[in-house]
Amino acid sequence: MKRTAFLIIGATAAFAAVASADTVAPGDVAYDDYGSVAASLTGVAGDAANGEKVMVTKSLGNCVACHQVSVLDYAAFHGEIGPSLDGAGDRWTEEELRGIVANAKMTFEGTLMPAMYKVSGFIRPGDFKGKSVPNPPSILTAQQVEDVVAFLMTIKE
Amino acid sequence: MKISKLHPIMQLATAATLALGLGVAAQAEEGAKLIVNGEIEMVTRTAAPAYIDGLDEIISGWEFRSTETQALQMDDFDNSGMLGVDSALEAWNKVQGPEQKSCATCHGDVESMKGVRTVMPKFNEEANDLWTLEDYINNCRTERQNVEAWGYTGGSMTNMAALIAVQSRGMPMNVAIDGPAAPFWEAGKELYYARTGVLELSCASCHEQSYGLHIRADHLSQGQINGFPAYRLKNAKLNGIHARFKGCVRDTKAETYKPGGPEFHALELYVASRGNGLTVEGPSVRN
Ligand code: HEC
Ligand code: HEC
Repeated sequence: MKRTAFLIIGATAAFAAVASADTVAPGDVAYDDYGSVAASLTGVAGDAANGEKVMVTKSLGNCVACHQVSVLDYAAFHGEIGPSLDGAGDRWTEEELRGIVANAKMTFEGTLMPAMYKVSGFIRPGDFKGKSVPNPPSILTAQQVEDVVAFLMTIKE
Repeated sequence: MKISKLHPIMQLATAATLALGLGVAAQAEEGAKLIVNGEIEMVTRTAAPAYIDGLDEIISGWEFRSTETQALQMDDFDNSGMLGVDSALEAWNKVQGPEQKSCATCHGDVESMKGVRTVMPKFNEEANDLWTLEDYINNCRTERQNVEAWGYTGGSMTNMAALIAVQSRGMPMNVAIDGPAAPFWEAGKELYYARTGVLELSCASCHEQSYGLHIRADHLSQGQINGFPAYRLKNAKLNGIHARFKGCVRDTKAETYKPGGPEFHALELYVASRGNGLTVEGPSVRN
């Protein structure tokens, strides 16, 4: 009981600082049967320029570690673990992309792509130094997810 | 990768990525044959053992390195890991402790260690536990020489592990996974497939599902340990098996296991068994 209460307070406190009252907490994101998320996580329109930054920044999305994206070629060494994201804005709707970025496992069962907006259910969560972090923050904030989705929507063939 | 589960568009995209990835790997591996000092012929590629479900072929990490890095391992004069081997040879012959014994006092020439690396880790009846090469080394130090144990991943230990590996270069890895070793192997297998950390990646995510592909600038190998200890250009020293495991677990944004601890012992047996048939290369050279 006590532990649950602590977790909820912890999570609320973590997000209060960066989010408006409308922000959907990671545990409350509504995925449909195919993994897409209809409603914005914040109610604030995504900022594509910031989304681009999130995608190439190692400590944030680090998307280019696994994906080739031609318009991001200036960030060297794109990975090959996932498919090229060229044309992603043609292939997918905004709702689908929101679901893929927030938690790709809801769209692609068992995928290697990390869930960017998720805070529980991890095995031995830690930091990049190998130390335990029992209640890790999500990799991206709700607004950063919206920003990345806004940028992905601009990647058309 | 289970392509059938994907969205139809994704099936195409993924098939294209896989094809591209394999193309890249084939290029890097073309014609590559590892013969050390012009005489020790290594098996860098062979059929996977039957008990490994996820691989048809097992491939040494050497094949995934750049031509320049590969060359450094082909001649002992170019292999900086041999400096550690030389310093371990001094330690091998150094008389010390209350009984004034060296390793050589009991074992004679270090060539007596031929074959030892190929069967490590193995179940030790007396200790009723799974022992790595490092455990055997420290046991000799504390029980026979009466000197202090070396740190599990320390320089002296890793150098000695390299000296002992050298005696088996060119011999195929052949660890036992049955009998008393079986429960350790099972535990190691479970760890290998556990998707740890905030990134939820397992050893298999990178080294079974994605080998041959790049993750950012890194060309993923199968994560085999037949080349250990490995001299890394990145930190300019020999690196032991558990130190490498620790780095990989850390990179999944996870709380690591302790080098020398029970989890990495089990994992080492399982990973070693995935490489049964590849030849001992230690000390290898990696970036
Ligand atoms: C560790 C690897 C990894 C990282 C990091 C990663 N992805 Fe992915 N991603 C994948 C894989 C693998 C797939 C393919 C789905 C599958 O087959 O499992 C995928 C699929 C996708 C897709 C759908 C593919 C398409 O046709 O366009 C999008 C969009 C996507 N990722 C965006 C992102 C974004 C944005 C980020 C960073 C915020 C990111 N990915 C980070 C591995 C990754
Ligand atoms: C996020 C990806 C990733 C994960 C997960 C991962 N590794 Fe690695 N590993 C790498 C990279 C990158 C390298 C360096 C290039 C290479 O040899 O593959 C590496 C190298 C290695 C090597 C050195 C191979 C050689 O020949 O020098 C071993 C051994 C290894 N990994 C074992 C493991 C084990 C065991 C696990 C699970 C506990 C694991 N790795 C998890 C990315 C990963």
